Amino acid sequence: MNLPDLSKIPKIDKLGVIERTNRFCKRSIKNSAKEMGLHLSLSMIDLTTLDGKDTPEKVRQLCYKARHLHDSMEGLPNVAAVCVYPTFVSVATKELEGSGINVASVSTAFPSGQSTLEVKISDTKFAIDQGADEVDMVISRGKFLSGEYNFVFDEIATVKEVCGKAHLKVILETGELDTLDNVRKASKISMHAGADFIKTSTGKISPAATMPVTYVMLLAIKDYYKKTGIKIGMKPAGGISTSKQSLQYLVMLKETLGDDWMNKDLFRFGASRLANDILMQLQKKKSGFYQSLDYFSKD
Amino acid sequence: MSRIDVLKTYKIFIGGKFPRTESGRFFHVKNKKGDLLANMCLSSRKDFRNAVVVARNLQKSWENTTALNKGQILYRIAEMLEGRKSQFISELLLTGSSKSLAKKEVEQSIDRLIYYAGWSDKFQQIFSSVNPVASNHFNFSSPQAVGVVSVIAPNKFPLLGLISVVAPVIVGGNSCVVLSSEENPMISISFAEVLNTSDVPHGVVNILTGKREELIPHFASHMDVNSIIYCGDNKEEIKSIEQLSVENLKRVKIYKRKKWDDKQSQSPYFIEKCQEIKTTWHPTQV
Repeated sequence: MNLPDLSKIPKIDKLGVIERTNRFCKRSIKNSAKEMGLHLSLSMIDLTTLDGKDTPEKVRQLCYKARHLHDSMEGLPNVAAVCVYPTFVSVATKELEGSGINVASVSTAFPSGQSTLEVKISDTKFAIDQGADEVDMVISRGKFLSGEYNFVFDEIATVKEVCGKAHLKVILETGELDTLDNVRKASKISMHAGADFIKTSTGKISPAATMPVTYVMLLAIKDYYKKTGIKIGMKPAGGISTSKQSLQYLVMLKETLGDDWMNKDLFRFGASRLANDILMQLQKKKSGFYQSLDYFSKD
Repeated sequence: MSRIDVLKTYKIFIGGKFPRTESGRFFHVKNKKGDLLANMCLSSRKDFRNAVVVARNLQKSWENTTALNKGQILYRIAEMLEGRKSQFISELLLTGSSKSLAKKEVEQSIDRLIYYAGWSDKFQQIFSSVNPVASNHFNFSSPQAVGVVSVIAPNKFPLLGLISVVAPVIVGGNSCVVLSSEENPMISISFAEVLNTSDVPHGVVNILTGKREELIPHFASHMDVNSIIYCGDNKEEIKSIEQLSVENLKRVKIYKRKKWDDKQSQSPYFIEKCQEIKTTWHPTQV
């Protein structure tokens, strides 16, 4: 594996991208289509807790939530995965055994990525040993911005090797990459280095996921697929908290990459509040009444 | 050269902003002669939903604002209204009120705000109690805000009626979403401009204009609304409100009074209507 030729990356027309993404927000999705979209969104959620104050109890609670989204409503899908720090992977694996819900772990000195390669490797190894099915790594944004693309490429490739069978999601932290051109470049580097998923953000930096950024990454995935025939997944994370937004992302996904990507194997939402909002919407559809968070579990 | 008329665009008031209704619809407001006065926003259930979201987000911090500060803010509303008295009088004249009645309504509105501003740090004492209990506990009860209140404002007295209902709600630490007088909605939006310059945190009062028939079911059924105030005497509407409110056990308050300019229209009991009594048992011996 070698660093791809970055000189051939097309320039991004920022205004064009914004115009295009605004269009995605204007589709009218109602009734059965909406219900289907909401179910699909639910099944794509990586339920996430990544706070310094996390405890095993908090993680257990989140895992319980993942298995029991809202028991009084029938026919709900499970979320795709639970995303935690490496130290809580064992807790989550135990809680989620047999549920079909994956355990994702962040690694490589999340969220800043400011550490040595050795530490990052052992961080990842630890997560894998503990039983993580998926690994969310961060790239070294500082190195990327100073033009050391080889360094970034090698780092991802090394972590991918450590991951083995586990799925690797590469977090670009687009909020720190400044331009859409950089996002496009970082996407390409990540995919060539072996990422199974590319992910927008850690959720610790604002702005997190936005539609323009996600759109640029989807286009990068499309080009990569055309060239190699390999389907790379996409995970916007952070800032997507309403069901309306999630539907808009799904519209963008469908109209950019098509039906093949419309499942949890190739698209995820990194979110913690989104699930409850979707549940409230579904309950509203069922009962006809606008809902209150008071009647849904907090985490 | 004569000037071109500059007419005000009446919009709705949500979270300290003046958006148009998301539905893009409007209705005509006419004076008694049938001349068009304004196109008002015909608010939809989604406007109401959006307003409840901001009202909910704001409610706790408003409740936790000190009583003194809440009183000051209510007084500030009165001050701002006083400064724009003539505008409000002429707006009432437009819609068919007589000169003396319009002046009276505006002045009473200002006085009513000051009345409730004064009660801000006093109603708690009136409605609190220390209760005798047969165990070693110090047992006391005190009023707390119920939360988000939806308000169907009176049709008559478009300014005074609205203020008489809303002032006691917010002085008690609640936030509210108000449907203004259906017959005479313009002045409620002008009042929103006053609220917006009076240090009232954005989202504590939200004002919609539109049709009762369309909005009442949502005002009554929304699960995130804790109490509903209805001003009027339409039996069908009252029945529907009472039925829909059962879903989350909203406290339903019906004001059938026709007049809002008499002495009975202001009292601390209007504040108490949107309070919930919390009783605390505090052990005195172990």
